[in-house]
Amino acid sequence: MSEVRRKIIPTKHPMPHQDAKERCHNFNEVALGYDEDTAVAEAQRCIQCKNSPCMEGCPVEINIPAFIKKITERDFAGAISIIKEKNNLPAICGRVCPQENQCEKKCTVGKKHEPVAIGRLERFVADWEMAHGSRSVKKAKPNGKKVAIVGSGPSGLTAAADLALMGYKVTVFEALHMPGGVLVYGIPEFRLPKSIVAREIASIVELGVEIKTNYVVGKLGRVDELLQEGYDAVYIGTGAGLPSFMNIPGENLNGVYSANEFLTRNNLMKAYRFPEYLTPIRVGKRVAVIGGGNVAMDAARTALRLGAESYIVYRRSFEEMPARREEIEHAREEGVHFEILTSPVEIKGNEEGRVTSMVCQRYELGEPDESGRRSPIPIKGSEYEMQVDTVIMAIGQGPNPLIQQTTPNLKTNKRGNIVVDDTTGQTSIPGVFAGGDIVTGAATVILAMGAGKRAARAIHEYIQSKG
Amino acid sequence: MYAIVFREELAPKIKLFKIEAPEVARKARPGQFIILRIDEEGERIPLTIADYDTNVGTITIIFQEVGKTTELLGELREGDSILDFVGPLGCPSEIENFGTVVCVGGGVGVAPVYPIARALKEAGNRVISIIGARTRDMLIWENEMRQISSELHVATDDGTAGRKGFVTDVLTDVLAREKVHKVVAIGPVVMMHAVSRVTPKEIPVTVSLNPIMVDGTGMCGACRVEVGDATRFACVDGPEFDGHQVNWELVLQRSRMFVEEERLAMQSFHRKGGCKCQK
Ligand SMILES: Cc1cc2nc3c(=O)[nH]c(=O)nc-3n(C[C@H](O)[C@H](O)[C@H](O)COP(=O)(O)OP(=O)(O)OC[C@H]3O[C@@H](n4cnc5c(N)ncnc54)[C@H](O)[C@@H]3O)c2cc1C
Ligand SMILES: Cc1cc2nc3c(=O)[nH]c(=O)nc-3n(C[C@H](O)[C@H](O)[C@H](O)COP(=O)(O)OP(=O)(O)OC[C@H]3O[C@@H](n4cnc5c(N)ncnc54)[C@H](O)[C@@H]3O)c2cc1C
Ligand code: SF4
Ligand code: SF4
Ligand code: FES
Repeated sequence: MSEVRRKIIPTKHPMPHQDAKERCHNFNEVALGYDEDTAVAEAQRCIQCKNSPCMEGCPVEINIPAFIKKITERDFAGAISIIKEKNNLPAICGRVCPQENQCEKKCTVGKKHEPVAIGRLERFVADWEMAHGSRSVKKAKPNGKKVAIVGSGPSGLTAAADLALMGYKVTVFEALHMPGGVLVYGIPEFRLPKSIVAREIASIVELGVEIKTNYVVGKLGRVDELLQEGYDAVYIGTGAGLPSFMNIPGENLNGVYSANEFLTRNNLMKAYRFPEYLTPIRVGKRVAVIGGGNVAMDAARTALRLGAESYIVYRRSFEEMPARREEIEHAREEGVHFEILTSPVEIKGNEEGRVTSMVCQRYELGEPDESGRRSPIPIKGSEYEMQVDTVIMAIGQGPNPLIQQTTPNLKTNKRGNIVVDDTTGQTSIPGVFAGGDIVTGAATVILAMGAGKRAARAIHEYIQSKG
Repeated sequence: MYAIVFREELAPKIKLFKIEAPEVARKARPGQFIILRIDEEGERIPLTIADYDTNVGTITIIFQEVGKTTELLGELREGDSILDFVGPLGCPSEIENFGTVVCVGGGVGVAPVYPIARALKEAGNRVISIIGARTRDMLIWENEMRQISSELHVATDDGTAGRKGFVTDVLTDVLAREKVHKVVAIGPVVMMHAVSRVTPKEIPVTVSLNPIMVDGTGMCGACRVEVGDATRFACVDGPEFDGHQVNWELVLQRSRMFVEEERLAMQSFHRKGGCKCQK
């Protein structure tokens, strides 16, 4: 008997959104999530491929067909436990993973139609679990060994959770007053609600992981001191937090922020609720955000929500923008303006030192450069002035330098990233491992998590081999 | 939580706290600072480490009430706690035997000068200290400074204590009569600027800058200063810099970034009746 072939619905079930006209005035989450019936219907689009190519696209190797099958059976608890075998932060990945370049890119259905909405389904089951509060914590039996994790971003948290599940006593040291790294200070509330990050972190703490905030490793204990104090291994996941500036005239005027400062004031310090929260932010009437990545989109959409007219100024074209398509679309719907093929050459201010305008230059695209993208070439004589009162630099971040400066013999490359063995995350110092943005440069949440997972395995092997 | 184990009013609007933070106390060095946040709604503000006691595990901070966070802090009592307290941040002062060092402290800046002067004295320097304030009541730590200095001079704007005039007037006299190898100055920006101006270029001047900060770990760039034409992050590259090379105009300009917001915050704070100093 041959099975009746279901006809595949060619497009993903659309994600319900907060209306663009409304959401540009609030910080509530933009994407609202599937309901149960939509999730089941979307799950039914999966054809359960034997070789499951989607899994190759997932850096943490979630058993995607298996969890999707559970959704079709309405066994949502079963679905989440399959995901959690590999991913401790599903509610976060389901929201911010660039799925279109990862799992969904490899999906068989995606060859002819739109791929299965794997990310949205992952988010659905993670949210379902939170709403139904039926988390079962299997605490591992302590094995008497201790591991220190430096930095509580997705990379450090993942390594911490995996090691705790193997029985290690794990302590995470975090410089800021709140754990989460970029998830709390960088990515805005409207894309990733902080309550969700807090819930995911709470579930890692339930595994027995201790998180010490307000602890700057290198200023308090150094990495070598942690090893001397009895930690059997150290994992460094300190991220790419050092903001870059352009080195153009006027960059230190009042009204020029790094994206990190602008976003940290808003997200970590909740300046959008000033003066109830005491940290101020000044946004002005017209804001230019320089850059075309996720960070730039987040800054531009935040400025918009704070009441400003918001411009993205990017020196290449839409094609080359590194931000996720979805984020660019959302920004456009909300009314962010785009000045493409444009870059500032000078920022001008008044006698009080406040920004009043920005001199920009137009660009055209030349031959592809080493990144494979067509390189921008300035057009002579194309300078013009743009009236703005705030400029936000979102042109990239370098590695946080503190650990490298205070850890002798730790090998770094010329950019300052820590050099590691790709498969284990082992650094030049025995017992010291590293991963995430501090190694790769600014990348993605899921790659940082993947590095944390690999390092957890390698740390386990390392400690066992020492006996 | 970090407990306030001792509280003292040194002068009107200037208070001293000892905060229980044993790990920070163990690592603290002169010249470094901490960042604190009083509660969930609070702002992160930097304050210099005025002293530390490794045995008891406390850090001493001295602050002047100039805005909403410092006023809120001033209302706290012994036994109260602060939510967040992180440090020691920034680079420690350079301490070695330079010869003769003049340490200048203005207003609340006397506090951060104290541990530096003490360490310089212990390193074998002849330490000439000059401390100043607007008026006698505002002068802090005269006795403490006298104990650790080879020589102490006092100046007040109105002449109610020590010599009438500015600390720079005393400094000019000292520079005229002594061979000085180094000057350290901490206080209001205008004072540090003036000290840098009256000190000849051959004598190094170390100043401690206090720009607006957020994280204090080099992550946000709010604390940008220009020193010798290069942009530096005061929280990780400083807070001490060569006073001859600082772009002082920029320091003043950037400290005014949020003046309007600071006023707003004070207004809403007073409206809530939060501050007991208002009648
Ligand atoms: C605004 C913004 C938007 C983004 N959007 C996306 C997105 O949509 N999708 C996506 O996949 N990726 C996105 N990214 C990238 C992603 O967030 C990062 O790749 C990821 O967070 C890296 O994780 P990590 O654990 O390596 O480091 P981080 O998240 O940077 O965490 C590092 C942590 O270490 C702490 N630390 C640093 N030094 C010390 C020290 N000496 N002692 C103690 N603690 C220390 C830091 O305070 C921080 O909390 C975005 C990044 C930004 C900035
Ligand atoms: C490294 C460093 C060490 C310092 N040490 C001391 C000290 O020992 N004693 C002391 O009394 N003060 C010190 N300050 C200054 C102190 O941080 C500010 O007075 C305090 O932040 C004011 O906050 P507020 O809310 O009470 O006032 P606000 O009304 O917010 O501001 C008043 C003034 O403080 C400055 N300021 C505001 N917010 C910040 C911030 N987040 N960071 C830095 N400055 C800010 C503003 O430029 C303004 O001029 C130091 C500053 C730095 C950077
Ligand atoms: S973690 Fe990311 S890549 Fe993996 S399945 Fe989920 S959305 Fe896809
Ligand atoms: S590739 Fe697509 S259709 Fe195939 S199992 Fe994975 S999600 Fe399902
Ligand atoms: S305070 Fe953020 S970089 Fe110095």
